[in-house]
Amino acid sequence: MDNAQIKDFYRQMLLIRRFEEKSVELYSNEKIRGFLHLYIGEEAVAVGVMSALSIDDAVLATYREHGQALARGVSAKSIMAEMYGKLEGCSRGRGGSMHLFDEKTRFYGGNAIVAGALPLAVGMALADKMMKRNRVTTCFFGDGAVAEGEFHESLNLAVLWKLPILFVCENNLYAMGTALELTESETNIAQKAASYRLPSSQVDGMDVIEVAQKAQEAVDYIQAGNGPVFLECLTYRFRAHSMFDAELYRQKSEVKGWKEKDPLTVCQNRLEQKGLWIEMDIKQLEDEIGKVIDEAVAFAEDATLEPLEDLEKFVYSQEATK
Amino acid sequence: MSEPTTYREAVRQGMHKAILEDERVFLMGEDVGRYGGCFAVSMGLQEIFGPDRIIDTPLSESAFTGAGIGAAMNGMRPIVEIMTANFSLLALDQIMNNAASLLHMSGGQFNVPLVIRMATGGGKQLAAQHSHSLEGWFAHIPGLKVLTPATVQDAYDMVDLALSDPDPVLIFENSLLYNTKGTLDTKATPLEIGKALVHKEGNDLSIFAYGINLFKALEAAKILEKDGINAEVIDLRSLRPLDDETIMNSVKKTHRVMIVDDGWKSGSISAEIMARINEQVFFELDAPMQRVCTVEVPLPYAKHLEDAAIPQVDKIVKMAHTLMEEL
Repeated sequence: MDNAQIKDFYRQMLLIRRFEEKSVELYSNEKIRGFLHLYIGEEAVAVGVMSALSIDDAVLATYREHGQALARGVSAKSIMAEMYGKLEGCSRGRGGSMHLFDEKTRFYGGNAIVAGALPLAVGMALADKMMKRNRVTTCFFGDGAVAEGEFHESLNLAVLWKLPILFVCENNLYAMGTALELTESETNIAQKAASYRLPSSQVDGMDVIEVAQKAQEAVDYIQAGNGPVFLECLTYRFRAHSMFDAELYRQKSEVKGWKEKDPLTVCQNRLEQKGLWIEMDIKQLEDEIGKVIDEAVAFAEDATLEPLEDLEKFVYSQEATK
Repeated sequence: MSEPTTYREAVRQGMHKAILEDERVFLMGEDVGRYGGCFAVSMGLQEIFGPDRIIDTPLSESAFTGAGIGAAMNGMRPIVEIMTANFSLLALDQIMNNAASLLHMSGGQFNVPLVIRMATGGGKQLAAQHSHSLEGWFAHIPGLKVLTPATVQDAYDMVDLALSDPDPVLIFENSLLYNTKGTLDTKATPLEIGKALVHKEGNDLSIFAYGINLFKALEAAKILEKDGINAEVIDLRSLRPLDDETIMNSVKKTHRVMIVDDGWKSGSISAEIMARINEQVFFELDAPMQRVCTVEVPLPYAKHLEDAAIPQVDKIVKMAHTLMEEL
């Protein structure tokens, strides 16, 4: 992994961090409404995994997907405008925070049904395999999804049909407010997944370099026609589940412990070890990111509202056939 | 060329043609391949097209229906077969939360050209987990289209109509129709989705039906004719969208309305049709509208009970007399 890439990982994670912090502020100011699920603490997973993908690959994510969208290259402007409910948003204001979609970057949402995207990933990969397109479909989901039937059905099909899918479980230890040990008979999710007979491993989800390396190995394996791979990324969300969460279910000491493993700090340490940190102008980086976010907010503020006459648009396709 | 064929064969021919002509089309579902389909609709197709295009799936309705959605979003034209309408409930999350919603949620970016076929309806003593008619229920959902082929011609045409549609289409095949015979013209121009068809013209009352009830209504109309009542019989064909124009035109002509519906009365498609008639042509009515629906009970096994629960010719005839007695 070259030095420029590691520096860029730090930049991307910092962008997500600052974007999420701005989102909270805007939520408090009632500019953003609905549910808002923040990715703070989990940035290394999206940034690391996305670095292994090419533009032809497809990405499916959950309702906590601002980080994935940004790391995939969906513009901060269009994401912010989406959360403002504006026409210029990446889903024309029809989806909001939980349903970011972007055809250009093959970003297929933003799915707010836990495990709901896994069957879609199976189908997308099946289509690629049938049409002999060498692409990878990457599907993100949380530890909560492991308890759903669709998780098991989808893993079974993916292995049975040897489909090019990278399954990325973001294990942040809580299905909303219920701890993993209260929901799973086997808390080692990678081990559980392995029973479907696919390569499956646990990854330090706070270390972007490790995530990136493991994701690259997985993508290489998948592209060689070997079938799906399962990565369980051990991570933690530093903020509440959503804006309506008093966090009564976890100890402050636990949160504090994980914050010591902040992916930004871990990455900084790695950069320091390599003597690269000294080359980085963090003030300038913060300024650049601040500018990107300010521009996104200004864009969202200035964006337009979809006319009410168009309310019933996009229930059915406009054109007869595609 | 018109030739007599079975409904089952018509569906099979429709799929055969589509899979042959379009490399994006494939069929998947439980036992559709080696077994030939639970109702033998896909018999022989795997021998012709191989296991990669006639795909046997495990009993995972949610995952393989979702896989159909994913494949459709990624350039394919899948046909997903679900054994019965009751089993479709295991895939309801995917049908409702994904297939019906993705186009809208994505602001028009991702359409889902998926076809889901399933057997519906009672009458074979299969009791309460294999016999229900849920097509009217699915017709509640924006983003879906719901087709109910009754005739052999529609059984064939609707496969192509559904596959040509850019959005998810559900086809409900009443399982008692599979052995029925009719004429099939594979060269005919299909009547588009959303159009009802007047099967028998009449002036005294309008009977709206779909699926197998079309034939019960036509049989009832023959009996009624001997009683001096000239019923108009209309095949709805599509429950979503409904053909308001054909429905209202018939009401304006006959001024009396009966709807035959395999669904339960409460919250049914027949209730929706009545509401629309009320909204649009209330003053055309000479009598309260009437319905023959499935009795509000999970369908029982015993034949006499099941027969009593679902719409029958004698009930339609009796209801028509009631309707005509109103001044």
